[in-house]
Amino acid sequence: MRWLGPIMGLLLAFDASADEVKIGSKKFTESVVLGEALAHLVRDSGVEAVHRRELGGTRILWNALVTGEIDAYVEYTGTLTHEIFAGRDVHGDAAIQQAAAESGIAISQPLGFNNTYAIGMREAVAAELGIDRISQLRAHPDLKFGFNNEFMDRGDGWTSLRDHYRLPQREVRGIDHDLAYRGLESGTIQATDLYSTDAEIAYYGLRVLVDDEQHFPEYRALILYRQDLERRLPAAVASIKRLQGQIAEPDMVALNARARLDRVPEGQVAADFLAELLAFTADVVVETAVQRLIRHTGEHMFLVGVSLLLAILVAVPSGIAAARYARLGQGILALVGILQTIPSLALLVFMIPLLGIGAPPALAALFLYSLLPIVRNTHAGLTGIPLELRESAEALGLPAMARLRRVELPLASPAILAGIKTSAVINVGTATLGALIGAGGYGQPILTGIRLDDVGLILEGAVPAAALALIVQGAFELVERVVVPKGLRLTSDAAGVR
Amino acid sequence: MLELRDVSKRFDAAGAGSGITALDTVSLTVSAGRTLALLGPSGCGKSTLLRLMIGLIEPDEGTVSVGAQAVTPDSVLALRRRMGYVIQHGGLFPHLTARGNLALQAGHFGWTAQRIDERIATLSEMTRFPADGLERYPAQLSGGQRQRVSLMRALMLDPDVLLLDEPLGALDPISRSDLQRDLEAVFEALGKMVVLVTHDLAEAVFFGHHIVLMHEGRIVQQGSYRDLEERPATPFVTRFITAQRSLHAGLGETRPVDTRPGDTQSGGRPRGENT
Repeated sequence: MRWLGPIMGLLLAFDASADEVKIGSKKFTESVVLGEALAHLVRDSGVEAVHRRELGGTRILWNALVTGEIDAYVEYTGTLTHEIFAGRDVHGDAAIQQAAAESGIAISQPLGFNNTYAIGMREAVAAELGIDRISQLRAHPDLKFGFNNEFMDRGDGWTSLRDHYRLPQREVRGIDHDLAYRGLESGTIQATDLYSTDAEIAYYGLRVLVDDEQHFPEYRALILYRQDLERRLPAAVASIKRLQGQIAEPDMVALNARARLDRVPEGQVAADFLAELLAFTADVVVETAVQRLIRHTGEHMFLVGVSLLLAILVAVPSGIAAARYARLGQGILALVGILQTIPSLALLVFMIPLLGIGAPPALAALFLYSLLPIVRNTHAGLTGIPLELRESAEALGLPAMARLRRVELPLASPAILAGIKTSAVINVGTATLGALIGAGGYGQPILTGIRLDDVGLILEGAVPAAALALIVQGAFELVERVVVPKGLRLTSDAAGVR
Repeated sequence: MLELRDVSKRFDAAGAGSGITALDTVSLTVSAGRTLALLGPSGCGKSTLLRLMIGLIEPDEGTVSVGAQAVTPDSVLALRRRMGYVIQHGGLFPHLTARGNLALQAGHFGWTAQRIDERIATLSEMTRFPADGLERYPAQLSGGQRQRVSLMRALMLDPDVLLLDEPLGALDPISRSDLQRDLEAVFEALGKMVVLVTHDLAEAVFFGHHIVLMHEGRIVQQGSYRDLEERPATPFVTRFITAQRSLHAGLGETRPVDTRPGDTQSGGRPRGENT
């Protein structure tokens, strides 16, 4: 019951008060640092701020901003033109302003730096081959490339880069951004995509190739915020705009290096920068590992518990209906079967337009995933009752409801419980994805750990998640002793059941 | 009185359109206080007939009535309280103790705990069921004990009609002969209308005032054992009796029917040597 506290806290968090500014950030270090900076600036204007960190990719952030789930986040001009407004032929600052305004979004002046995509190689390899411009790659068809998965698919990514420069390389694979640096080190790949403000460029000694035929657009950072924020809390907007034109490219590289390589908490990195820049001190609250663990445990158990409870309430009656009416049953089983085949990441993202970000869409997705095992096991448990037992109950003159309650459900209880147990254990694992859409839980440290290449942090999420799965499994075995009638647990050659 | 009039029942087979005819225009009357044995080889439709009587299945044609009331989906729940049914293999609920199995129905119909306990005590004595067995689960009981619980469960509400489907079928010979005698005593004592399904001629003769021999969904002949033996209606009757007798040939006096086909005509019944 100790987790009730965090749960109540989370419930209250849904009821976001009007005079609070919600800042969002994407799941890479620079975005998190800038998100922390915005939050500090909002608080400095005397307004409450929450930072929903590492919400995922561009689509999630943009949708959350448009629906009002967040009030502001830092975006890049190239992403606006090539991702968010892709296919709409939006060029130039005025056109971007206009397009954003159609969705009720305002745009600040650029923050100063340009974090463009670039192609990088190890200095030694590039020097040996005499490559310092992208066009020179054309002469080396045997080079192996590894690009991060988003870059492989983006409108301004690999495909258009290849066409633009007529690059002949065929050995190109999608790879995690952080692993790509290791690939370069070990020589499995010779070139990868970079963000030009990546701290790793200096750390690994990489040469950034010149975009000599101007393929990549500019990625000037700027703040997107909701137009109604201007009306609601003009002081907060004025405060975050103090960042305009203040961050040069070397500054951003240094900030990223502190967070990424020195592992200084992002809030601290941002606070130190602002202290120097604007001469104000921000309070940085750093949670201890234990506090974090308790919070993540609370969030995780909330996600699993609530979604499972809702699933039981819906799935058991559905299973009963499916068992009673064969035609309807086929439909129900097919439907929950299809739900199960939707990839979990996709389902989470689909939920955002309906339910926003945070716990509600994660709960909804987990709820849908929990249905199948429970419905199927309830159905199987009931239809598996031997005919002679069902007829015995009928012959006693008991009405259908009494038969269900006194005979059929108790007989099916081991199967139903096994279904619930399966759902619960799967849920513990799937709930870690909730962190991608701001629902917190054990996925949060895993996500941050991957981003920071911090194995300790990854384990801080993975180990408790595994432990919770085992605890849930054990707990259900105890519940089984209470719920499953003793007579069904006797090991004897069938009593009446043959 | 229990009456079936021109009852037919077909079960759909896998082949399109065609079905298996389980019962073909069967008419039958059972009177109060009499024991009727439905006899015949496997698949002759005798169990189907029993299931029709208690409304587990509905006839395609014809009517089934208990007392003056037709068995219909509307009336069947009420009628079942006046009928006890002992299913093949007992059909006890494995999640309930013997007492739980017995109390289920009466509890649902609002009997007090005391009344239920008294009734269970009476029935345990009548069926010679050990008192300590009441708290056991079916899995912990012997085959004969399970059949006794099943019989008691059917008798809980003191029904007018008792239907038994192969009540001795799954038992070893000793339990079987014990239970056979106890069943007979119970029938005798209660004087109820009893319909008993069996494929065993000896059993039919042992219990049955009236024997109904069935074959391929039809009633071939009904009457006393002597009627069947001396005035077989068709060659099948002779074949059935001969086959059953030869099964037990050379076993001496173990089967009452073989040794004492006797006085069924006078309305009495053949007796086992211990009764």
